[in-house]
Amino acid sequence: MAQIRVESLDKSFGTFHAVRSASFTVEDGQFLCLLGPSGCGKTTTLRMIAGLELPTAGTIRLDGEDVTMNRASARDIAFVFQFFALYPHMNVRRNIGFPLKCEGIGAAERDRRVVEVARILRITHLLDRPVSGLAGGDRQRVALGRAIVRKPKCFLMDEPLGALDTEMREEMIRELRALHDRLGATTVYVTHDQLEAMAMADRIAVMNNGIVEQVASPRDIYDRPVSLFVADFIGSPPMNFLPFRGSLEPGADAIRLGDRDVVIPAAREARADGELVLGVRPEHVRFSDRGMVRGEVYGVEYLGTTQIVTVTTRYGALKARSPASLPLRTGESVGLDFRPDTLSIFDQQSGRAIRTALHEGGVHG
Amino acid sequence: MAEVEIRAVTKMFNKTPAVSELSLTIANGEFVALLGPTGAGKTTTLRLVAGLERPERGSIWIGGRDVTSEAPADRDVAFVFQQYSLYPHLTVFENLAFALRAPIRRVPEAVIRTRVEEVAQLLHIETKLHNKATQLSGGQMQRVAIGRALVRSPAIYLMDEPLSSLDAKLRGEMRLELKRIQTDLGATILYVTHDQTEAMTMASRIGVIESGRLMQIGTPREIYENPINAYVAARLGQPAINLLPATLFAGTPRGARTIGARTEHLTIARGGGDVSATVKRIEHLGDQSHLHLDIGGQPVVTLSDPEANLAAGDTVSLSLNKPLFFDADGGRIAA
Repeated sequence: MAQIRVESLDKSFGTFHAVRSASFTVEDGQFLCLLGPSGCGKTTTLRMIAGLELPTAGTIRLDGEDVTMNRASARDIAFVFQFFALYPHMNVRRNIGFPLKCEGIGAAERDRRVVEVARILRITHLLDRPVSGLAGGDRQRVALGRAIVRKPKCFLMDEPLGALDTEMREEMIRELRALHDRLGATTVYVTHDQLEAMAMADRIAVMNNGIVEQVASPRDIYDRPVSLFVADFIGSPPMNFLPFRGSLEPGADAIRLGDRDVVIPAAREARADGELVLGVRPEHVRFSDRGMVRGEVYGVEYLGTTQIVTVTTRYGALKARSPASLPLRTGESVGLDFRPDTLSIFDQQSGRAIRTALHEGGVHG
Repeated sequence: MAEVEIRAVTKMFNKTPAVSELSLTIANGEFVALLGPTGAGKTTTLRLVAGLERPERGSIWIGGRDVTSEAPADRDVAFVFQQYSLYPHLTVFENLAFALRAPIRRVPEAVIRTRVEEVAQLLHIETKLHNKATQLSGGQMQRVAIGRALVRSPAIYLMDEPLSSLDAKLRGEMRLELKRIQTDLGATILYVTHDQTEAMTMASRIGVIESGRLMQIGTPREIYENPINAYVAARLGQPAINLLPATLFAGTPRGARTIGARTEHLTIARGGGDVSATVKRIEHLGDQSHLHLDIGGQPVVTLSDPEANLAAGDTVSLSLNKPLFFDADGGRIAA
């Protein structure tokens, strides 16, 4: 198994700067997700780690060894694509065993390893079936089997679940993570789906416009976003943003929003008077008759245990997640309060989070 | 808009029933969602109402008229497909106006313009009216496809997973907007989806469909709180309902084989409950956190209370709070 270090990686296609000075480390046995919208550079980054693209600048180290210019075949990695290419004329057993055959491994050893992999993926009963009749989830298991059977140093996966329907995807998310826990192989996984990243990753690298905005645990990415982009991209519904004008001194533990004081985690840096944004997660919005922000209920979305309530206010439409037992009607006038210790403050112009007590206690990287 | 009635309809494909003896009335102004997995028969039901399929038995009534033998064009329905099919050589405006410009409708140009602009505004595509349909993002194209149905005022809108090709954020916004538009217009909608969140948040009533049969129909709250069997109970709720052996807790009713316990049916405390459990992990999923518990090898997943401050390895006690009970066949039995 292996550690992957990506150092100041750059990639340009003509005038298009796809990846800008990306740096992160995937420790041995870690599962890292590269997460971001389409075109953010995540797949290009993965392809450079694989050796399918050469970087314009920067270094890639596998277990300390500089492999930046090595060919893909010399890197001992396995790549799993979204559109899994299986050999249609071979059955499941021969598809999984094929990489071993290419390495010249004998039939007996080959079959032993194929059977072992099939057991791990729970497709033993499919081994002698043609791949053409398999369901999407099973086809993806076969594709995974072909990657696992080689026992490579690390796995690189490019949206391997993107083509599956919701239910199958949720099942495969659990399986992939369980598989990772069993094999302990270093994994870099590209996705635009926050649910996949949050559910599987040890660490998430959020990318936007070729830049790695934040690398941290799922918990930290969610609770302590370092930028407006990360805060908006993660969470469903996303974080609420309330624009306001103000300044901050180190130690300040309240901001002025309209004519009310809002308690926030104590500031750890100074900020001159300017345009700021208060960030509030929907589950940290509470209904209170004496709440500091007033508004009117625009819509109530019942979800069983919880409900999502959209409230129109002078700061725009705000979303709250509350217990479904709380009776609320469209058109009703309500007051809103925010849970103080969870609030984020951002600089409107740079999009960066202002450092506060919120950022202490979490692990950053 | 009008009432639509499906009366005991059966549709066979190669001697296999795709839809069996299905009856359903969609009241004027109602939003009914058919929820079920791939192959359950929900799209076939929609196509039967549209007239794209003919039933072997049963009848379809729209506004009190038997339309079973009528062609799709005579039924006064508007269909929105999962795969949006726009005219690529036309602008957004022309795509939206297309249905109104059909010779049989004779809609005056000024009315067309007003109607198209209204709908474009509802769907937030008013600035794109003069773009070619091919110059739009996927989300915008799907909104144009919905808009093409909305410019008409048919007896019923038939929608087949219209939001499934959109990304999560846009889907969330469109859910709220579509419900808002439906309420404002008083539109009658039959909507097909395999996404429980869409069904729960938009529908006035949800019909849970499985193997061509309508298993249960009711308001989202009725289906969620009062499912008739374990299958329906498992269709709704995130995390999914925990189906636990009845032997796990004392005092279950006679005949109960399975306990159905959702987050709200479980009281978790530091001690003093009926059964003790171990916290395996807390899974942070972005929109919510799941608490994974273990009761003597039996996994239980609930929504975690952010203020409970539980951590992996903690021992907690569980007690039941009016859970659901099911018999050996999965049928619901009274508590």
